[in-house]
Amino acid sequence: MPMRTPFYEIHKSLNAKIVDFHGWEMPLQYSGIIDEHANVRKNVGLFDVSHMGRFKIKGPNAYDAIQNLVTNDISKLNDGHGLYSPMCYESGGIVDDVIVYRINKEDFLLVVNASNREKDFQWVIQHSQSSKIENVSDEIALLAIQGPLARNAMQEISESNLELLRPFDLISGDIFQTDCMISRTGYTGEDGFEIFFDSSRVEIWNKIMQSASRFNIKPSGLGCRDTLRLEAGLMLYGNDMDENTTPLEVPLKWTVKLEKEFIGKMALLNGKVNRKLVGFEVLERRIARHGNEVLVDGSKAGFVTSGSFSPTLKKSIGFCFVPLQVELNQLIEIDIEGKLYKARVCSTRFYKRN
Amino acid sequence: MENDKPVVAEEFRFSKEHEWVTIREGLAVIGISDFAQKQLGDIVSIELPKIGNEYKQMQEMAIVDSIKASSDIYCPISGKVVEINEDLLEHPEWLNQSSYELGWMVKIKPSNINEFENLMTKAEYDNFVGKIK
Repeated sequence: MPMRTPFYEIHKSLNAKIVDFHGWEMPLQYSGIIDEHANVRKNVGLFDVSHMGRFKIKGPNAYDAIQNLVTNDISKLNDGHGLYSPMCYESGGIVDDVIVYRINKEDFLLVVNASNREKDFQWVIQHSQSSKIENVSDEIALLAIQGPLARNAMQEISESNLELLRPFDLISGDIFQTDCMISRTGYTGEDGFEIFFDSSRVEIWNKIMQSASRFNIKPSGLGCRDTLRLEAGLMLYGNDMDENTTPLEVPLKWTVKLEKEFIGKMALLNGKVNRKLVGFEVLERRIARHGNEVLVDGSKAGFVTSGSFSPTLKKSIGFCFVPLQVELNQLIEIDIEGKLYKARVCSTRFYKRN
Repeated sequence: MENDKPVVAEEFRFSKEHEWVTIREGLAVIGISDFAQKQLGDIVSIELPKIGNEYKQMQEMAIVDSIKASSDIYCPISGKVVEINEDLLEHPEWLNQSSYELGWMVKIKPSNINEFENLMTKAEYDNFVGKIK
């Protein structure tokens, strides 16, 4: 049985192209990936991300359980603030990358990837240290409002004072007189907000579209979500990292705090890192795809983890694994369906907003 | 406006792989159908064959990359490539915007013009894609 978010009928009525995403029937695009992408970079887009997993972790042991589960350090996390972190296996391989929000010392919210909802839930329960774990993914809807005009759009729909909301802050607020939680987060490289609310309130989608119409808000699908995150240098679990990847191999070293204890720490301390994830730009007219082999000095040396067209830069870009000695600007080759294409190594941050 | 030439609708024929062909001045002009471009979504780069290359009917000839996928383009009629649409390399979006006009890909000197007759007519093709949908 395919899974659907509360907004599925709305996506259908908007003539979205629906695709299977890890068992979820999700909108790939409405007006078109390039059009939606450009609109998020210029104005604001509305995304249904209700397929992502949301768990509540509560109780006197919740803090210790989470601190042990994630590689990042939640000790400096204040109430109403979140942080991004991988969760690792003992092997150092990545279970998932998540956002942890602290509501208060005994009440946390974990947002996880849609593809890992069940796996993560089991993993968190196993390491819960008797705290109370609740999967609230189905009862809470999640919409993302992303783009340089996201703040303007939010002011039209919420009485909450969002001026003071810093990146990764989470507040209790309201939209259209409905209680909700609002965070200043996203996955596009733009300013943006994510709104958590009761999943029975599907009419909120249309209310947002109407209220923010003068900012040219457009429904935006998973297609542009992928090109936006790629340009912004954001990793995608299942593509750029998985259980065989450690956070030290991808650009997530900043999230690994070896001064605290966590699952996988010993492996990360003792393991040898011999590859790294870098950005690349294909210098010819082809798009590299996940799984394409990368050649350095004519020998197989890695593979493409994500590849697409950058609508902003109008170039063929992506991420790939290469040996550590490969340098910035070095020329490599990518094997696309049996033919070699030249590419140049670059930073994973293809796009930075002003 | 002068209109001294009678307007005759050109006949387009279609392959099962969604290429179109029409014959102009003895050459087969080839592109991809509107149905194909809609299925592919935003087309962002293309690779065209070299002039002088020869292809048998339904041999792979070009590659179209959309954001989500790469697709082989097959030569719907046997022959030799005599012209390619160089402008299309800079404007792959024309395949989406104007698949039957600006989006023509190559011109082939057919080695067996009878193959044109083997391809689907517009009505047959519409019926064919109706079943895919």
